[in-house]
Amino acid sequence: MSANGGPLLEVSDLHVEFPTEDGTVHAVDGISYTVQRGQTLCIVGESGSGKTVSSLTTLGLTQTQGAQVSGRIEFEGRDLLKLDKNEMRAIRGGPISMIFQDPLSSLHPFYKVGAQLIEAIQAHQDVSKGAARDRAVELLGLVKIPDPQRRVDQYPHEFSGGMRQRVMIAMALSNDPKVLIADEPTTALDVTVQAQIMSLLAELQQRLGMAIILITHDLGVVAEIADVIAVMYAGRIVEHAPAEQIFSAPQHPYTWGLLKSIPRLDTPRDEELVPISGRPPSLIKRPSGCFFHPRCPYARESHTRIDPKREPVPGDPGHEVACLLEPDVRARIWKRLVAGDSPEVLKRELVGASPAPVVATEPAPETPGVEP
Amino acid sequence: MYVQYWRYMKDIVFHFNFGYSYQNSQPVRQEIFDRLPATISLTVGAVIVWLAIGLPIGIISAIKRRSVLDRLTMSGALLAISAPVYWLGLVGLYLFANDIGVVKIFDGAGTYTGLTANPSQWFGSLLLPWLVLAASFAAFYARLLRSNLIEVMSEDYIRTARAKGLPERTVIGKHAVRSAITPIVTVLGLDIGTLLGGAILTETVFNIPGIGRLAYEGIINADLPVIQGTVLFGAFFIVIANLVVDITYAFLDPRVRYS
Repeated sequence: MSANGGPLLEVSDLHVEFPTEDGTVHAVDGISYTVQRGQTLCIVGESGSGKTVSSLTTLGLTQTQGAQVSGRIEFEGRDLLKLDKNEMRAIRGGPISMIFQDPLSSLHPFYKVGAQLIEAIQAHQDVSKGAARDRAVELLGLVKIPDPQRRVDQYPHEFSGGMRQRVMIAMALSNDPKVLIADEPTTALDVTVQAQIMSLLAELQQRLGMAIILITHDLGVVAEIADVIAVMYAGRIVEHAPAEQIFSAPQHPYTWGLLKSIPRLDTPRDEELVPISGRPPSLIKRPSGCFFHPRCPYARESHTRIDPKREPVPGDPGHEVACLLEPDVRARIWKRLVAGDSPEVLKRELVGASPAPVVATEPAPETPGVEP
Repeated sequence: MYVQYWRYMKDIVFHFNFGYSYQNSQPVRQEIFDRLPATISLTVGAVIVWLAIGLPIGIISAIKRRSVLDRLTMSGALLAISAPVYWLGLVGLYLFANDIGVVKIFDGAGTYTGLTANPSQWFGSLLLPWLVLAASFAAFYARLLRSNLIEVMSEDYIRTARAKGLPERTVIGKHAVRSAITPIVTVLGLDIGTLLGGAILTETVFNIPGIGRLAYEGIINADLPVIQGTVLFGAFFIVIANLVVDITYAFLDPRVRYS
């Protein structure tokens, strides 16, 4: 099953919905992306934007929760959504593996680390227990756990948080995956350990040549490692571009918000971080028009009705955005934002032509900055 | 008075002597040891029955949560928990005993024979008491395991096990059940301890000459040394059971092990 130069993983128009008593949760709403061999794709977004669900679906781990999935997830030319249970199991932990957010609770507390690694190896390779154990020791060394010969016989509670995440990475690597999905691998760890884990991932990628899908809410974390960044909001990808483009010429107001909320060393210490106002929308009863309009400082009245499509940014190959503002207006706003102007001023000067009375179609949630 | 108490305690601690029964002038110690095999037979058999019934039901209803099977077994379990054991025993005898029963399947009350004397008779006479005694325990364990298992299934390490590509059978049978069963071991130890101290109601209903029956006779006859002896003996088993549970726990959960 060669993929003859095509993308390694291609997700197209993926929808994931969870029926609940309160209504249908549209967790993932038609996202598409591709991952090339050896590439790092970062999916960025806040809690509840659907980034974790989309990756769990890739591994078929949402089925148990009664999710309704549609679309295509093509891996090496095969649609993963059409595989039966056994074929999917062969993919899971084999060519596609995953590490999770909280290493403290992701390892079984009653089994030795070595036993859990051996289990992962033997699930996909027909090897003896002794050979699997040797491989487990080798893997622990690969993720730079000191003294792997001894550590392999210890229980998870004898490891620190960072070390446990290394064990999880070792487990994910045990069958030479082609894609490693890392779901917020550093969120539960403190900052110095975060940096170690990220550089370990980068180094392992160099050595083993796998593709990484890194899921995070922290744009600061991805700067070093990302090749491509997809920004997710309310179950959709609102901006998709090579990493440099996201940092140098971001197009979506939500991405601006994310970038402005990262602390930087080169700004004065007394300058306040700018949070994105409002709260993530409900995924059951979503806003009309552009999903971001209730929180967007630059929303026009018409944006509450028109649903933006993801379109290429003119003059910037590979960069796509779903925003109703004109490209030149966006470029000017970002330039002024970087210069330190406030969104209120920019809204008045650059967007203000059509004052937005925001005749909300539903009880208006927090819509700061949009009053005329 | 306190001299008397001192002597009584001294006899128990140093000579394991509980005094003499008022009723038949035998040493209480002798009485208890005579009755112990019957109680052990009843307890061990009932434990096997209720584990064999309760655990599979708990696992199946946790996996097939909200299914018809789950609802059926769980409402059945609620009934079994609610039914008092003496009532269940009498109904069981009335329906199934082969002397007075409507359908004559099991041996009736008072047919208990020692295991060494007549194994098949021993088995036959205890079958109904085992089932009756085990009913509420089986129901309780099924419910306990079900709720533990449902909780464990949402743990992150279960997701990890699935993400490794393990078959669902291994995920549940090994990873999930291993965690869910640990609290059950605690309860099991205490239940066994309590039962070894005498299942008074079951033994009385079925007229099994065990420690529970002995305590009952002691109470009826106001035979104080016997009552004291059986109560102390029961307490002794509960303490031992607690100790055994704590030690077992260290084997089951590496986190509580002393290094």
